[in-house]
Amino acid sequence: MLADPAVALTVLVLSFFIGIEVISKVPPLLHTPLMSGSNAISGITIVGALIAVAADGPMIKTIFGFLAIVFATINVVGGFVVTNRMLEMFQQRKDDR
Amino acid sequence: MSETGVQLAYLAAAVLFILGLKGLSSARTAVRGNTLAAVGMAIAIAAALLDAGVLDWEWMLGGVVVGSVIGVTAATRIQMTEMPEMVALLNGFGGVASALVAGAELLGYWDAGLAPDGVVATAIVLGTLIGGLTLTGSLVAFGKLSERITSAPVVYGGQQVINALLGVLLLLVAAIVALDPLGATQEYWVLAALALLLGVLLIIPIGGADMPVVISLLNAYSGLAACATGFVLDNAALVISGSLVGAAGLILTKIMCDAMNRSIGNVLFGAFGAVGDPAAAGGGSQGTAKSYTPEDAAVIFSNASSCIVVPGYGMAVAQAQHAVRELANVLGEKGVRVQFAIHPVAGRMPGHMNVLLAEADVPYEELVEMSEINPQFPETDVALVLGANDVVNPLAREPGSAISGMPILDVDRARHVFVIKRSMSPGFAGIQNPLFFNDNTMMIFGDAKAVVLAVLDAVRSY
Repeated sequence: MLADPAVALTVLVLSFFIGIEVISKVPPLLHTPLMSGSNAISGITIVGALIAVAADGPMIKTIFGFLAIVFATINVVGGFVVTNRMLEMFQQRKDDR
Repeated sequence: MSETGVQLAYLAAAVLFILGLKGLSSARTAVRGNTLAAVGMAIAIAAALLDAGVLDWEWMLGGVVVGSVIGVTAATRIQMTEMPEMVALLNGFGGVASALVAGAELLGYWDAGLAPDGVVATAIVLGTLIGGLTLTGSLVAFGKLSERITSAPVVYGGQQVINALLGVLLLLVAAIVALDPLGATQEYWVLAALALLLGVLLIIPIGGADMPVVISLLNAYSGLAACATGFVLDNAALVISGSLVGAAGLILTKIMCDAMNRSIGNVLFGAFGAVGDPAAAGGGSQGTAKSYTPEDAAVIFSNASSCIVVPGYGMAVAQAQHAVRELANVLGEKGVRVQFAIHPVAGRMPGHMNVLLAEADVPYEELVEMSEINPQFPETDVALVLGANDVVNPLAREPGSAISGMPILDVDRARHVFVIKRSMSPGFAGIQNPLFFNDNTMMIFGDAKAVVLAVLDAVRSY
């Protein structure tokens, strides 16, 4: 899809600028959930890990892919769950009033 | 699913990630934002499965099940005070996952006897390097945060020279592998080993109180590693998401450095707070600090109409957040207006104090940022400093000290200042705090939680 490396670089740079814009607006109040949430998003590597396991290759490649799936899943699942846990603590207070 | 369909699914995921991060701009919309991002992740995973086919589904399912069990267990059991440790580990796991994917791809190329093109080879090398470094660096940060290893900077002679030489060697080996990815098989493993080693050596000399910067930076690295892996696999979802995470980590790194008025270079290579640091020598004892009892505090509190609580790492260590909330409640019932002043680097990670106080049911409207609360100190009856030190040190306003120029909370301008502290030992910066010797400052020595509970009792029975 990104056949030309220049296209990939374009995507990279533009999403970086979007990231800067969006994340600059996150208040310090939510910086910890921002970190755990962005950890969950960096678990996107799971996509690469699944593709690596699926493709043909030697056993050691499958093992590498398997380990990558485990670690990336911890990030995705652990990251989103713990972020949700924190954010609900912040939100609850609003509901009480 | 067609190639176009898969790519559109990745695009949908990327849009949901961005909307999710946008949701974090307010506490009201944040839960929804997090859910949106999670939905995006589910879409991306489904698309990857359809894209890859389900050839080795046992391995895939096995990996996802194992990872999910560990992830859910950790996320639901962890104490809020342990959040910095959890985030440090997640940084490391993200890094190593990306490095493993890069490595797996290279193993595939070796097996097929096909050389990846220059861009892919470079991306494999970068993914391995950044991911490996992030893993061990994060493990060291985790060790320091959980006090499994000393949180003091570990320094030795020639440290920076050794690190610099290792860094040059690492780049050299990286270039060899990138230029000849099929031939340089042994060099690849050397590269991986060097990256892991350098991760340890780079973080070891950084002190515990600088961990907010380190965690933020490693967060950015884990994103960059995912980005590199995106180039390896020619996958837009990885490039975009990795880039977003990289941006988040870098912004937080900058905010943390600004909040200490220090450069990133100083944080990473300055071994700040090391024993024998020449900067620590300045400012000895400046008179006598006056020690008071919780009963004295109760008298002052009961006659006050406003109070600002300044929490620091000491509150987290003592798990005092619930006791503090109790005290704030009781004072509130007596008509005292209570607010919390949050310094950006208070605690061990960005937003650490906010999470602890939210856990203790403090409404987030009462958690006030530094720039907003500072003008209020002169009209405040009592400032209660709880296990914070450097972030309230008035020396920062004067030139010539290790913390000069660091933005601080102006607690010394309040009418009365209570400082709850275990001892007179200086803070992380290693310099004495003149605040403790001011006429309007009253010290109460002891564990933060024990003292707050004692004050609470005294206020109740006053």
